[in-house]
Amino acid sequence: MNYTLDFTPVIEGLPSLLTACLGTFTLAICGMLLATVIGIGGVVLRQSKIAPLRWLVIVFVELIRNTPFLVQIFFIYFALPLTGIRLDPTPTAIIALGINGGAYAIEIIRGGVQSISKGQMEAGLALGLHKGQVFRLIILKPALRAIFPSLTSQFVLLTLTTSIASAISAYELTSVSQRIESDSFRSFEVYFTVTIFYLVISWLMMRLFALFSARYFAYPVK
Amino acid sequence: MGRDEFLFLLIGLKWTVALSAIGFVCGCLAGLVIALLRTSGMRPIERATAGYIALFQGTPLLMQLFVVYYGLALIGIKMDAWAAVAVGLTLHASAYLGEIWRGGIEAVPRGQTEASKALALSYSSRMKDVLLPQALRISLPATIGFLVQLIKGTSLASIVGFTELTRAGNIISNQIFQPLTVFGIVGMLYFIMCCPLTIYGAYLERKFAASAR
Amino acid sequence: MNDIATTAGNTHPMISMTGVEKWYGAFQALKDINISVAKGEKIVLCGPSGSGKSTLIRCINHLETYQKGEIRVSGTVLGHQAKTIDAVRREVGMVFQQFNLFPHLTVLENCMLAPLRALKLSRQEAEGRARQLLERVKIAEQADKYPAQLSGGQQQRVAIARALCMRPQVMLFDEPTSALDPEMVKEVLDTMIGLAEEGMTMICVTHEMGFARQVADRVIFMASGAVVEEAPPAEFFSNPKHERTRKFLGEILGH
Ligand SMILES: Nc1ncnc2c1ncn2[C@@H]1O[C@H](COP(=O)(O)OP(=O)(O)OP(=O)(O)O)[C@@H](O)[C@H]1O
Ligand SMILES: [Mg+2]
Repeated sequence: MNYTLDFTPVIEGLPSLLTACLGTFTLAICGMLLATVIGIGGVVLRQSKIAPLRWLVIVFVELIRNTPFLVQIFFIYFALPLTGIRLDPTPTAIIALGINGGAYAIEIIRGGVQSISKGQMEAGLALGLHKGQVFRLIILKPALRAIFPSLTSQFVLLTLTTSIASAISAYELTSVSQRIESDSFRSFEVYFTVTIFYLVISWLMMRLFALFSARYFAYPVK
Repeated sequence: MGRDEFLFLLIGLKWTVALSAIGFVCGCLAGLVIALLRTSGMRPIERATAGYIALFQGTPLLMQLFVVYYGLALIGIKMDAWAAVAVGLTLHASAYLGEIWRGGIEAVPRGQTEASKALALSYSSRMKDVLLPQALRISLPATIGFLVQLIKGTSLASIVGFTELTRAGNIISNQIFQPLTVFGIVGMLYFIMCCPLTIYGAYLERKFAASAR
Repeated sequence: MNDIATTAGNTHPMISMTGVEKWYGAFQALKDINISVAKGEKIVLCGPSGSGKSTLIRCINHLETYQKGEIRVSGTVLGHQAKTIDAVRREVGMVFQQFNLFPHLTVLENCMLAPLRALKLSRQEAEGRARQLLERVKIAEQADKYPAQLSGGQQQRVAIARALCMRPQVMLFDEPTSALDPEMVKEVLDTMIGLAEEGMTMICVTHEMGFARQVADRVIFMASGAVVEEAPPAEFFSNPKHERTRKFLGEILGH
C-alpha cells in the first residue's frame, strides 16, 4: 500500500466537472419532461377503445422494462440515422432517457388514475361537468398526489441513469470525468469525487420534488 | 450474423447470468444483514446503515462499479475485472435489498413482535421464526423486481471492460457492422431472461393484494 | 297503480320512466320500470340489496345507460347524446352513499366548482350561492376546511349543499345515511326533511323508515329489478299487499 492519493487533477478539472453537472441536469430534466409526455400519452392510448393501440402500449412498456438502458441507447443511437434523423449524442441521449422513463411513467400514472375511486368521476358527472373537465379538475391532482412518491424515485433513478449516456459520449458528468481520468490516470480520485457530485445532484432532485409536492399537494387526506 | 457470432453472444450471456447470480446471492446475504442492522433499534447503527443505503441509492451504479474497481486496486487487492464487478454488484444489491426488506419488516404488524416477546422468544427466534418469514413474503414482489434491475445492471460491466452479453454485442457489432441486428438480438436475450421474472413478480403482487383484502 | 299526486293537475311529470329495461351483459338489472314523479313529490325507494335501486336512480342522470324504454326529465327525453345528458344533469342533483367530496378542494370550492364550470356563473355569484347553501345545511363556518377535516355527517351535508348549488329541480339520494355513524344520521335526515318541506322533488333510496313515514308521498318497493308495490306510506306500512313486501318489512322493522 504505497499509493498516495493525489487530488490535484481533480481540483484542476473542477470547473469542467461543475459545468458538466449542468449537462447532467439538462439531460435529466429534458428526459423527465419527455418521459411525462410519453407517460400521459401512453396512459391515454392504454385506455383506448382500439385494442391494437392498447397492445402496442403494453408491448412497448414490457420491451423497455425488461432490457438494459445501455442496450436501448445503443439501439437508438444506431437506429435514428437510419430513419433519416441525424442528431448529436446529447439529444439522442435525451430521447433514449425519455423513452425509457416514459415506459415506467405509463405504469405509474396508470396506477394513479386507477387509484381514484369511480365515485369521484361519477360525482363530477352528476354535477353536469364534461368528461374532460372531470379529468382535469377532479381526477388529475389527487391522482398525481397518489403517485408522486413513486414518480419521484423513478425520476431520481432517471437522473442517475444519465451517467450511462456517457457510452455514446453525450455531454454530461460521467463522460467529462472519464476524459479527466484518462488524461491523469488518477482513476479512483476522479470517480470518488464524481460519485459525491452525483449524491448531491440526486439529493437536490429529491428536494426539488419535495418542495413541489409540499406546495402543490397541501390538502389533507384521511 | 453467422453461427459463430451468435455463439460468441451466448458466451457473453453465460457471464451475464453468472454475474447476476453471484450479485444476487451475495447481495441477498449482505442485504439481510443490512436490513437487520437497519431495524436493530440501536440509533447509531440505524443511522449508519441508512447512510449506506442512501449512498448506493443516490449514485449511479456505473460510478459504484468504477469506484470499487479502482478502489480495490488502490488498497492492493488485485482482481480480475469480473470479480471487481461482482463485488460492486453485491454491494449495490445489498443496499437495495436491505431497504426493500426493511420495508417488509416494518410492514409486519406490531402485534407480531409484541406477541412473540410475550411468548419469551429470543431476538433471533423472533426474527427467524416470526418476523422474517412474513417480511420476506411481503417483499417478494419487490425483491423479484430488483433482480430484474440487477440483471439489466450487469450490462454496465461492459463499460468497465468485462465481456458479458452487452460487450459481446459491441464487439460483434464492430466486426460485422450490423448494430441494429446485433443489439436487437442482445436486447431479446435480456428480454427472455427478465420478462418471465417481471410477469411472476406482477402475479405475486396481484395474489398478495387479493389475499390482503 | 295511479295515485293522487301524479295526476294532480300537472301535465308534465317531473320525471317519467316508461318501460325502462337494463341489462348487465346477460343479467337483467331493471325490468319494465314505469314510474312517474310529479313536481314536488317525494318518493322513497326501498328493497333488498341487489334489487336495482341504485341502478334505477343512476339511470335518471345517465350515470348508467339503459337499453329499452324512455326516461323524461321535466319533459326532455333523456337520450344518449352528450348535450341532453349534460342539460339533464344540471337539473338533477345527486347525493351518494360515500359522499364523494373532492379531497383536494375546500368545502367552499367543492360547492363552487360545478356552478363555475358547468353553469359558467361568475365567481362572485357562485360564491354567494355556495355560502348561502352552506348556511342552510348549517356548516357555513367550515367553508374553508378540506373534506378530510370533517365528520361523515358534515361531509354529507356539504355534499347536499354542493348538489343544491346547481339549483336542481330534482334531488336523488342513494342511501345517504348508510355510511354514517348512527349519531350522525339525524343531522343528515333533518337536512333532507327541511329540503322536502320547501317543496323539492326528491327520490330517496333509503331504509330509514321513519323518514319515509314523515316525508314520503309514496313508497316504492323493488325486488329483483322490478317494482313490486307502490303506495303512500301509511298504506304501505300498515297494509302491504305483496308477500315479498311483507317479508322485507318484517326483516327491516322486525328484529
Ligand atoms: N357494473 C355492474 N356489472 C354487473 N352487474 C352489476 C353492476 N352493477 C350492479 N350490478 C348488479 O345489478 C343488480 C342491482 O344492483 P344495484 O346496485 O342497483 O342494487 P341496490 O338495490 O342498489 O343494492 P344495495 O342495497 O346493495 O345498494 C345487482 O344484482 C348487482 O349485482
Ligand atoms: Mg345501492
